[in-house]
Amino acid sequence: MLLIRCPYCEEDRSELEFRSVGEAHIVRPDNIAEISDEAFAEYFFLRDNPKGLIYERWRHIHGCGRFFNAVRHTVSDKFVMTYKAGEPKPDLPAATPVAQPLAQEGAAK
Amino acid sequence: MSGANRIPGAGRLTPAKTARFTFDGRPYTALEGDTVASALLANGVHLMGRSFKYHRPRGVVSAGPEEPNALIDVQRDAARRQPNVRATVQEVFDGVTIASQNRYPSLSFDVGSINNLLSPFFAAGFYYKTFMWPKKAWKHLYEPQIRAAAGLGVSPDQADPDHYAGRYAHCDVLVAGAGVAGLSAALAAAKTGASVILCDEQPEVGGALHFDTSVMIDGKPGFDWAQSVAAELAAMENVTVLTRTTAFGYYEHNFVGLVERVTDHLAKPDRRLPRERLWQVRAKQVVIATGAIERHMVFSNNDRPGILLASAARTYLNHFGVAVGRNVGVYTANDSAYEAAFDLKRAGVSIAAIVDCRQQPGAAVLAEASRLGIEVLTGHSVIDTAGKLRVSSMTVARNGGGSSRTMRIDALITSSGWTPSVHLFSQSRGKVAYDAESQRFLPGTYVQECISVGACNGTNGLQATIDEAIAAGRDRALKGGFTGGDTPAISGTNAFEWTGGMAGAAEGAGPDTTVKAFIDFQNDVCAKDIRLAVREGMHSIEHIKRFTTNGMATDQGKLSNIHGLAIAAEALGREIPKVGLTTFRAPYTPVTFGTLINHSRGDLFDPARKTPMHAFEEAKGAIFEDVGNWKRAWYYPRAGEDMHKAVDRECVTVRQSAGIFDASTLGKIEVVGPDAAKFLNLLYTNGWDTLKPGRCRYGIMLREDGFIYDDGVVGRMAEDRFHVTTTTGGAARVMHHMEDYLQTEFPHLDVWLTSATEQWAVIAVQGPKAREIIAPLVEGIDLSNEAFPHMSVAEGKICGVPTRLFRMSFTGELGFEVNVPADYGQAVMEAIWARAEPMGACMYGTETMHVLRAEKGYIIVGQDTDGTVTPDDASLGWAIGKKKPDFVGIRGLKRSDLVAEGRKQLVGLLTKDPKEVLEEGAQIVANPNEPVPMTMLGHVTSSYWSENCGRSIAMALVAGGKARLGQTLYVPMADRTIAVEVSEMVFFDKEGGRIHG
Repeated sequence: MLLIRCPYCEEDRSELEFRSVGEAHIVRPDNIAEISDEAFAEYFFLRDNPKGLIYERWRHIHGCGRFFNAVRHTVSDKFVMTYKAGEPKPDLPAATPVAQPLAQEGAAK
Repeated sequence: MSGANRIPGAGRLTPAKTARFTFDGRPYTALEGDTVASALLANGVHLMGRSFKYHRPRGVVSAGPEEPNALIDVQRDAARRQPNVRATVQEVFDGVTIASQNRYPSLSFDVGSINNLLSPFFAAGFYYKTFMWPKKAWKHLYEPQIRAAAGLGVSPDQADPDHYAGRYAHCDVLVAGAGVAGLSAALAAAKTGASVILCDEQPEVGGALHFDTSVMIDGKPGFDWAQSVAAELAAMENVTVLTRTTAFGYYEHNFVGLVERVTDHLAKPDRRLPRERLWQVRAKQVVIATGAIERHMVFSNNDRPGILLASAARTYLNHFGVAVGRNVGVYTANDSAYEAAFDLKRAGVSIAAIVDCRQQPGAAVLAEASRLGIEVLTGHSVIDTAGKLRVSSMTVARNGGGSSRTMRIDALITSSGWTPSVHLFSQSRGKVAYDAESQRFLPGTYVQECISVGACNGTNGLQATIDEAIAAGRDRALKGGFTGGDTPAISGTNAFEWTGGMAGAAEGAGPDTTVKAFIDFQNDVCAKDIRLAVREGMHSIEHIKRFTTNGMATDQGKLSNIHGLAIAAEALGREIPKVGLTTFRAPYTPVTFGTLINHSRGDLFDPARKTPMHAFEEAKGAIFEDVGNWKRAWYYPRAGEDMHKAVDRECVTVRQSAGIFDASTLGKIEVVGPDAAKFLNLLYTNGWDTLKPGRCRYGIMLREDGFIYDDGVVGRMAEDRFHVTTTTGGAARVMHHMEDYLQTEFPHLDVWLTSATEQWAVIAVQGPKAREIIAPLVEGIDLSNEAFPHMSVAEGKICGVPTRLFRMSFTGELGFEVNVPADYGQAVMEAIWARAEPMGACMYGTETMHVLRAEKGYIIVGQDTDGTVTPDDASLGWAIGKKKPDFVGIRGLKRSDLVAEGRKQLVGLLTKDPKEVLEEGAQIVANPNEPVPMTMLGHVTSSYWSENCGRSIAMALVAGGKARLGQTLYVPMADRTIAVEVSEMVFFDKEGGRIHG
């Protein structure tokens, strides 16, 4: 179970209190009614699936109720940081201090 | 006497403290502190089980949690019975009933052992190759037969009467394992002042000190030192010592699951105690001190009862005072087995010979063997054994061939080396690294805040282990900012440092394809099976595992994985690390469902939500249905009525006079603020600027992709205040959806959202007499058509309590929905009912609600829509604000597929036979004579008998449906085909006059 820091409550809380809400920093276009099919696909359907750092949204749904952003390593599940919604995307180096994960995981028994 | 094989003066149990138990009906006497395995061995019983596939007779192999063979059924009383318990773990208590498993009619004579003779037909992977033809035989012949033959123990047939506890804990340092390493690390960490939890799966701390009596630490015998350190730790306020507690799973962010067995060892447990306790520990740092597990030797017929691990024999002797035999053979590739032989010899057991497949064992152990007069055959192997229900001889030959020699024995102890227990490390997502020199997988790269120490880290030597553990324990506490205390100084000595070890098949396993040299005892996987898997093309260890079932038994390959891997690597001609290790997964050892479920059972399994009027409805005879977690009144049968009769009556009564319905479960959200209308403009397809305070509107909410997400009536209470309703099932997600947009996309809007679902009780009063029923109860609201037309809302009082009164209808009748604060719900409903009943009205439930709304063609989101339906598909295009510049879903609606011809659209269906009621979910075709697979046009979404229409009615999603009005389509069923006509969706009061009555 993940341990997640809510940037509003400034508390480390159990994953039970949170809900994952998908990738962060995807901005709804102001002129959404006019955008092309390609632009809509990019906005609504296409998501990154990186092996490494992912910028994602969480909601402290059973706590303060606020949405916030987090940087998590998708293999180790380590959180590099969490920050409030609306704050700029942090400029983190691609190579992170997170330890190298398992090269491959076997299929579940 | 607690068994003929008990050696006087040996072991740590007290001879006077006995406990009686039965095994397969025979009474035996044990000592307090015995495991079932040690007590049976003391009584000369080695035969404890049968293997899974071949039903081979099996004895106990180990003295610990890795046991693959001795799985037993433990019964305390009629209701308390558990199968598949390891005899090496279960402690004997007075009166316990033990039974063997997987045998019929008895353990010594088992008809299932015919499988052993048929084994040429049961090669690895036979499941995947046989039982293929004829196809139909699988379902009716093969699967039932296999299921009947498979499985080990028998599940209990009664509910578990015990209770289980759960606890959350936080600590600075969690130490898993309380052997030399774990105790040293825990002491070093605890002395800094850090909070420490130390756990160990055994009844007492000590780990390998249970058997290794040559160890002296700080001047004490090792085991005694361990107990004194545990006592010192337990006395410290910052330390929790948990025995009989297994760290079974290591999850994200140093979250570790422990299971504490609280009462399974007690003869008369206090019933207030939980049977087991689940600890969910969040540790800042974890020290893994889980030791190592000895491996057996792989050779022909190495599975007979009486053949066991050398360290197990040492444990039985040195801890339990039990000799595993009187004339014991030793087969080893590792020095550690020598020490077992020495201990047995000193206890008066004769050692037939130490057979060592190495040419050069350690010099120190060779010298000691010589001094004790034990024959050592180096460069030799045990190539076979004999003995039906217990080993009676071993056949020994020089490696490379030559004459063989058979020695009579009554037990054979083996060791091929030690496998570091990297399970928890691996579960923590650490990456193991292969150490070629010692042929071991060791902790390599760490991912979480943990460190491995001692044998599980591949550390050799007692003092090196102690020093490493002390340094690690202190270092982990320092990482948490603790700097106090001294570094403990602990010094230990032991008799021998061990050398040697091998992985894979020994000489006696041969290249032969018929020799049964077992690597996985429980699943009957032999060396030849791994080779067969490679020949059949399995190159990944994960495929080999599944093809052979190696490591898939309840012991999860604790003995077998490394052997299987080494044999596979040899057969593939690749190095071991290139073949790879299968993934370790939690739990380390089996965990009961009771512990995992914990308090979440019975009423606490899934909480029931009841409306404020639940008791009233119950008294009125309501039958309830589950809607999500809600209990909703489904229908109100009167004497002699079944559901259909009750619903028919309720439906007719509502339209003839009136009905009362509990609508409290509807989601309710209060949307407040200067920008409330702007916000709703963005969240709903409809426009809200034109809605005047005191008026309501049916709103449709889309997702960004243009599909219907939810619907409901929204009332404008004031310029800046809306009372939004949602579907019952959608309440939580709609709130989440709204908050998401408000907080992250439209944060500039000045709006507040409050869930009010449980604040309002809602009583729907529907039917021609609805106004007459409530009018005398209402204060401050003019209920006339002119002042309060359909789709109005007003605040006032009813029965003297505040109400938000809606004039709205989900039945097509004149109707009101009375919202009152939840606590007044039942009183107001009683008052309304007191007026309604004499007027011939009825209570009605959700089933009648469904029928009445279907008669009017009102959709239910989630029943008539499925996440791929647009407003236009549902004939609700009118609800889209055409002039709005933006709303969620505006772009999605323009997608080419959403505006294409031939989309599935909601239409009505009328069966040609008006008595025929379609099945919901039934498929619809145009040509019933088309060969299967037929072209399916859609499916029935809602279907009911309508007493008001005097016929069946249905709604369906049909491709190009609106263009098919009047067409005849077909609904093919298993036994017949039903002809239907496509119709409008409104079946009753098509003009819609009644709603304005």
